[in-house]
Amino acid sequence: MEPQNPQTSQPEKELHSGTASSPIAVALQRENGAWVSKVVEALGETTIIVPREHIAGVCAFLKTTSGFEFNFLSDLCGFDRGPEEAPRFEVNYHLFSTTKSHRVRIKVLVNEDDTHVPSVTGVWRTANWHERETYDLFGVIFDNHPDLRRILLPDDWQGYALRKDFPLRGYEPYSLE
Amino acid sequence: MSVSTANIPPQFEIVDQPLDTQMTISMGPQHPSTHGVLRLELVLDGESIVKTTPDIGYLHTGMEKLFEYRKYQQGIVITDRMDYLNPLGNNLAYVMAVEKLLQIEIPERAQIIRVLTCELQRIASHLVWLGTHALDIGAMTVFFYAFREREKIMNLIEAASGGRLTPSYFRIGGLMMDIPAGFERRVKQFLDDFPKAVEEFHTLITGNRIFQKRTQGVGYISAEDAIDWGLSGPSLRGSGVALDIRRANPYCGYENYDFEIPTEADCDVWARYLVRMREMIESHKIVSQALARLKPGSVKADAPKVVLPDREAMKTHMDALIHHFLIVAEGFDVPAGEVYMPIESSKGELGVYVQSTGGPKPARVHFRGPSFVNLSALPHMSRGAMVADIVAIIGSIDIVLGEIDR
Repeated sequence: MEPQNPQTSQPEKELHSGTASSPIAVALQRENGAWVSKVVEALGETTIIVPREHIAGVCAFLKTTSGFEFNFLSDLCGFDRGPEEAPRFEVNYHLFSTTKSHRVRIKVLVNEDDTHVPSVTGVWRTANWHERETYDLFGVIFDNHPDLRRILLPDDWQGYALRKDFPLRGYEPYSLE
Repeated sequence: MSVSTANIPPQFEIVDQPLDTQMTISMGPQHPSTHGVLRLELVLDGESIVKTTPDIGYLHTGMEKLFEYRKYQQGIVITDRMDYLNPLGNNLAYVMAVEKLLQIEIPERAQIIRVLTCELQRIASHLVWLGTHALDIGAMTVFFYAFREREKIMNLIEAASGGRLTPSYFRIGGLMMDIPAGFERRVKQFLDDFPKAVEEFHTLITGNRIFQKRTQGVGYISAEDAIDWGLSGPSLRGSGVALDIRRANPYCGYENYDFEIPTEADCDVWARYLVRMREMIESHKIVSQALARLKPGSVKADAPKVVLPDREAMKTHMDALIHHFLIVAEGFDVPAGEVYMPIESSKGELGVYVQSTGGPKPARVHFRGPSFVNLSALPHMSRGAMVADIVAIIGSIDIVLGEIDR
């Protein structure tokens, strides 16, 4: 099979409120109409975009509701779309269920001028280090995090290294002086 | 205490209670049992641990940033350097994520060789764990026996890929090249010898009373806590949860292989030890099944704009030459989209998140390293333990700092 051109992007079903087809999105919408802002199904993966103020509620619901049982937070990572984009940042939550073996991606969009996102450490304790890493590298601040410190970079590091406007080799020329 | 206190003057009585004084010590980053450069801040009451705070980042080299500045195919060599004890697993997760974005089908022979070499790598990774874990606890001999066996696997991986620690054997769309002539015979030879070696390990250490005393009941984490802390791989299966990504979300054709998921219910260092020992036997089973299935065929997908052409074709066909030039000079465009590709590495769930916005370079590559997540549960596992136990607990979660710090 020939690789596709970037112009003919993946067949994407973009579903707005009220027409979600994924059972997870349907259940979320039934529980609270404000929880789902967009559902994307592509490449066999479901992405549900959730307003950031609801993220902890959505995660707690998906963890405890029988039939979903997303009791395992596989991964949490940030993404910077670029300084000129708005909203600029994404936080991706990859959920997994150890009993049902299914996965879903929850996405939160964050603006540059207000990078606060509620922490999900109360839902899964494993979120602790993931959120610290995202804070360290992107500057996304997780509210109610028990210990929000830099984790990979030194405490006195200036800037957020994985932001697109952070140069690969840092700001200043390397010098031993 | 069974020690007779009859002849001991009262001021020398054995005190076995909290001192109510606390001392903070820094363990590492150069401590030999921290497997690289991990620093632990330990708050101690006498010899008991009150609080453990891992301090990581000493090996941080900005690999995830580097991916964004390199073409997709150049990212493969970066992955080798993350979990350097299981580089083929890293290669596999990364190339499979990109293949999923490109929607490329991989030929069966390439899939089988991927499974075969990855399982050999898993055994090699577990052998390093076994040697160093036993060494940390004080059994020096095992190290030499484990590394003797690992050397055989390293030679096999070297024969296939040309590299020992950094093989970069898998390519987006298949393999770098087919396995060399005689490879199957050498693997067969290894498979014939390996069960005896495992028996030897068991004789050396499993029945050792000191080893049992050092590991049983140490580093307890219940199944519920383990899931909450995101533990995966042998560390989770040591808490009795039969979760294996090869079974839960099969990839590379793992659904066609017959193997068991070893679990132990004791939730301690000893249980995690037994799980890994049994896993080596399961990997041995998978390798022999893969070997039996190996049929001649292509090891590269039929995707001329992504996969480099054969050397001969490049010299004789104009279009192959053009494709070769374009792939090397400009790379290939990957359609916009995002994927999360989880695999079962030797340490647990290795997930690769790739987001593409089109073009020859990824917009974001993130590695969910199992060591990173497993280490975050260390403070929970080491509550109330003794200082000497922390060495056993670190060994039992089998961390590689290259993957933690990235």
